[in-house]
Amino acid sequence: MRNNRFYLAIGTLFVLSYLATAFVDNQYYFFAGFAILQLMVMALAWNILGGYAGYVNFGSAAFFGLGAYAAIVVLQLFDANLITQIVVGGCFSGLVGFGTGYLTLRLRGVYFAIATLALLIVSETLIVNWDYVGGAAGAYVLPKRNPSILGVLIVGKVGALFGNYKELLFFLMCTIALATVVICRFVENSKFGRGLAALRDNEEAAESMGVPTLKLKLIATSLSASIMGVTGGIFPYYMTFIDPISAFNLDISVNALAMPLIGGTASWLGPVLGALVLGTLQQVVTVTISSSVNLLVVGLFLVAFVIFAPGGFLGLINKYWKRGE
Amino acid sequence: MLKIRNLTKNFGGFTALSDINLEVEPGERLGLIGPNGSGKTTLINCVSGAIQDYDGEIHFNNDNLNSLVAHKRTRKGISRSFQIPKPFSSMTVKQNLLIPLEFAVGLDQLGNFSIEEQADKIIEELGLSDKSNQLTIGLTQIEMRKLELARAMAVKPKLLISDETMAGLSSSEVDDILTILISLNEKTKITIIMIEHIMHAVMGFSERVVCLDAGKIIANATPGEVIKYPAVEKAYLGE
Repeated sequence: MRNNRFYLAIGTLFVLSYLATAFVDNQYYFFAGFAILQLMVMALAWNILGGYAGYVNFGSAAFFGLGAYAAIVVLQLFDANLITQIVVGGCFSGLVGFGTGYLTLRLRGVYFAIATLALLIVSETLIVNWDYVGGAAGAYVLPKRNPSILGVLIVGKVGALFGNYKELLFFLMCTIALATVVICRFVENSKFGRGLAALRDNEEAAESMGVPTLKLKLIATSLSASIMGVTGGIFPYYMTFIDPISAFNLDISVNALAMPLIGGTASWLGPVLGALVLGTLQQVVTVTISSSVNLLVVGLFLVAFVIFAPGGFLGLINKYWKRGE
Repeated sequence: MLKIRNLTKNFGGFTALSDINLEVEPGERLGLIGPNGSGKTTLINCVSGAIQDYDGEIHFNNDNLNSLVAHKRTRKGISRSFQIPKPFSSMTVKQNLLIPLEFAVGLDQLGNFSIEEQADKIIEELGLSDKSNQLTIGLTQIEMRKLELARAMAVKPKLLISDETMAGLSSSEVDDILTILISLNEKTKITIIMIEHIMHAVMGFSERVVCLDAGKIIANATPGEVIKYPAVEKAYLGE
């Protein structure tokens, strides 16, 4: 019954996201909505390894940036379409995640966090020095005019599914976000998720209870990285320009980590709440004050929550719920 | 059942275990004693797979364990409790038991019971029924120790290693744990290795006692004989 309600809500949101592109005229909402949903997907992906397994990843921007640049590579090589770019971005980052995990998951705590940060710096340096994808100067991505699939016009002024690219990208990001929520909820309620929870609580005890800790961590890292890569794969189209500074920006890592910590890491709902509240606040601050105040808002929230509400929004809600009972 | 051949473990320049040879028979109750730092926990870490870079060989039911990681050794039937309890603190007592039942025990080993029923059964056997749905954070010392044992039992082990399960408990609580372990051994014929500092407990429990000192076996005999060994007396009391 609970499952049915959940999937009904997911289906409804999917339909609503498409209807919004048909009935909302102000394009800013799609631009801002995309940014908030991107934060949400990154936060959900971070939470698979950071929240469920307890391994703090500071290199989220590496997986995001590598996904974005994998998209650029297939665009340069084959003039690939947007969907191919997104899929390749996800697959490539997933592979990098697997390799990184294999090399670093024997490290724990702060050492693992530093290793992932190092991956970010190494990835950025590689891209800065690779001219094929634009190097330090970056690369432009020009959206195709009147794209169609099987004769159906996808973007166009008349008779198309979407009026412009902003609407298409918003709808795609909504779809990715909803799919990520489904994946995270599935992970949480699966044997895999219970294994991750056990190794987060105590890895040595989990291993001695029969939990294949390294295997689970590798799956978690690959899954988390590939979702980040998918988010990165769509990013060049959204910006129409990409350079290493924006693709490998440490802000991406900080946001991906802060949203679940502020929302609560225990469940998929935490990163969703964290991203919705903080992402919206960031957009409001950007419009009303300055874009450079963005990260300050996140920083202040993070400090406040770590000190006063380590369980995040979810912890607070549970606390007041129990008090009410 | 368990055969340890020429086991040596060095930590840098420190030799924790030196050329250990030991055999344990099926259904046996073996006590492992020795002063602090003698290598008891290192020995069981090597057997359980928590430590893998050792020299020598460990065989269990004729399988060489050397290349197996800890969780695979657990699935072979080697189970251990920890000296300092390591519960899954975000889970309830019952959920703590569901982890080994789900990951280490095959469905064929559960018989007619579901995983949940099996967990309830073990919880009842150890007298933790009223704590079943409680987070481990609120457990007392004895309850925590019982939970450690319960999780080790949930693995359906052929060999159970109890690492100082009775440390810090009152004498009645020690008797409580001893009763559980003896009954487990008698009912299910599980082999049990008990590491313990509480002498009356380990001597009363064990059919054979092995004493380690400075990484070497200095005595291997019945409890009555071991306490008469001059080397054992020297290891505990000095010259």
